[in-house]
Amino acid sequence: MTAPVPTPTPLSERHSRSHLVSESAVRSSVVGVVAPIVFGVALLVLWELVVRIGGLPAFLLPAPTAIAEQIGAQFPVILQTAGVTGGNALVGLVVGFLLGVLLAILAAGSRVVSDLLTPVVLAASAVPIVALAPVFTTMFGSTTEIPRRLVVTVVVTVPVFVATARGLRQVRPVHDELMVALAATRRQYTRFVRLPGAVPFVMTGLRLAAPAAVIAAIVAEYFGGLQNGLGSRISSAAANTAYARAWAFVAASIVLGLLFFLAGLLAERLVTRNRR
Amino acid sequence: MSAVELAGAGKVFGPVTALEDIHLTIAEGEFVSLIGPSGCGKSTLLRLVADLEQPTGGTVTVTGKPARQARLDQDYGIAFQQAGLLDWRSVAENVELPLQVHGVGRAERRARAAELLELVGLADFARSRPGELSGGMQQRVAIARALATRPKLLLMDEPFGALDEMTRERMQAELLRIAGETGAAVLFVTHSIPEAVVLSDRVVVMSPRPGRITEVVTGRRPTRDLEPDAVEDVRESPAFFQAVTAVREALRKGAAQ
Repeated sequence: MTAPVPTPTPLSERHSRSHLVSESAVRSSVVGVVAPIVFGVALLVLWELVVRIGGLPAFLLPAPTAIAEQIGAQFPVILQTAGVTGGNALVGLVVGFLLGVLLAILAAGSRVVSDLLTPVVLAASAVPIVALAPVFTTMFGSTTEIPRRLVVTVVVTVPVFVATARGLRQVRPVHDELMVALAATRRQYTRFVRLPGAVPFVMTGLRLAAPAAVIAAIVAEYFGGLQNGLGSRISSAAANTAYARAWAFVAASIVLGLLFFLAGLLAERLVTRNRR
Repeated sequence: MSAVELAGAGKVFGPVTALEDIHLTIAEGEFVSLIGPSGCGKSTLLRLVADLEQPTGGTVTVTGKPARQARLDQDYGIAFQQAGLLDWRSVAENVELPLQVHGVGRAERRARAAELLELVGLADFARSRPGELSGGMQQRVAIARALATRPKLLLMDEPFGALDEMTRERMQAELLRIAGETGAAVLFVTHSIPEAVVLSDRVVVMSPRPGRITEVVTGRRPTRDLEPDAVEDVRESPAFFQAVTAVREALRKGAAQ
């Protein structure tokens, strides 16, 4: 699982939000919200029609109404399993985020540490997490959440490290000179200039890592261990030919992923809104 | 004790001699401008004084100490062509930065920042973000920041270079008032002849390859620093035009050599 190299939203785009709400802006925002909803509903209707009229077998594709029925029937289980998977994703996200930021700060602080750390962390991005999941399960036993959380941590650390390291390198020359002229220590330089300057980059890394954390948490469940999350429910439902039920958990996974994505986006917006 | 003393200072970058045998003394409270074509080393000279570059020959003494010690002791304040404010800090927090670096307590920092923003006429913008200010206002914040540690010397590297002409003239008057009120010596790098003449006690004319001082012209810094019209009066006086002509001729002579 490789992370795309994150870049913060360009300054010009952050600026472009107009304070004047014109009629056409209102119209375009209505279109912007309504159009995708209409399109999504139309797709579902088409899907339903294809399944019914085409008489598709359930193992190939269950009808949306059948999936909705399963969502209703399994709702308490869905909530509970989504809570477990979401919890694993969140713990891994927080630990991986802190680890990524910390390692990047260490790497930025000294050339030697950077030369040692950077290749190792980047190599970690080349490790397919699916390869790690069964190994971690064996290492920690199948009665604990630790293996899943570790997988998520590995997946999250890399993009956050890369984004933070890049942000820490982006110091404007004039700020550099200013801190020398002020006779600032290295630590002060990091604290007053490099770290705050890197914040938009760090937040972009977090935004990219958040949905990836959910993917990693679900995939990690496919490789044994506790049977209490969305991933294990999907695989066991599919193995028991309960296709509509499997799709109900897939739908819950999508919602969980979207929640993480939106939370990441919101965090980025909130933290960077005061900047130019 | 003089604010700055360069004795035979030189700077060589690889095969290029940027500065050669510079002798210049700036008295306490004196306003000295450096003017010359691009590549004459005027910015390098300022950077030697700031200890952002080290001389390859001669000595640089600032407020009676080696330049490095003066930098560590924060004996000078500096402003660059770009305001270089930290976007994520409020205007007041930007002004506080030098004090924060040198361990001044919060309450004292706040009070000093308020005082300085009053001085540069931006008291109402203390809580604004730099991005909300115009270029001229940002440069005023940068000057307030440079003054935070009450330096006896202000180093300015084309601070008004990016401003439009009207803003620039207003800023020049502001700077004269501030220099008068604080009693700080100023070393000012500029490309503009009228700017150098109206601000300075002395205008130091430089020529390139190798960078050296070719002539020193007496400027027309208004003696009535604090009066608002003083600068306007100077700009319209015959003495001002004479000095402008003298600097222009010195520059031409330097280029012809």
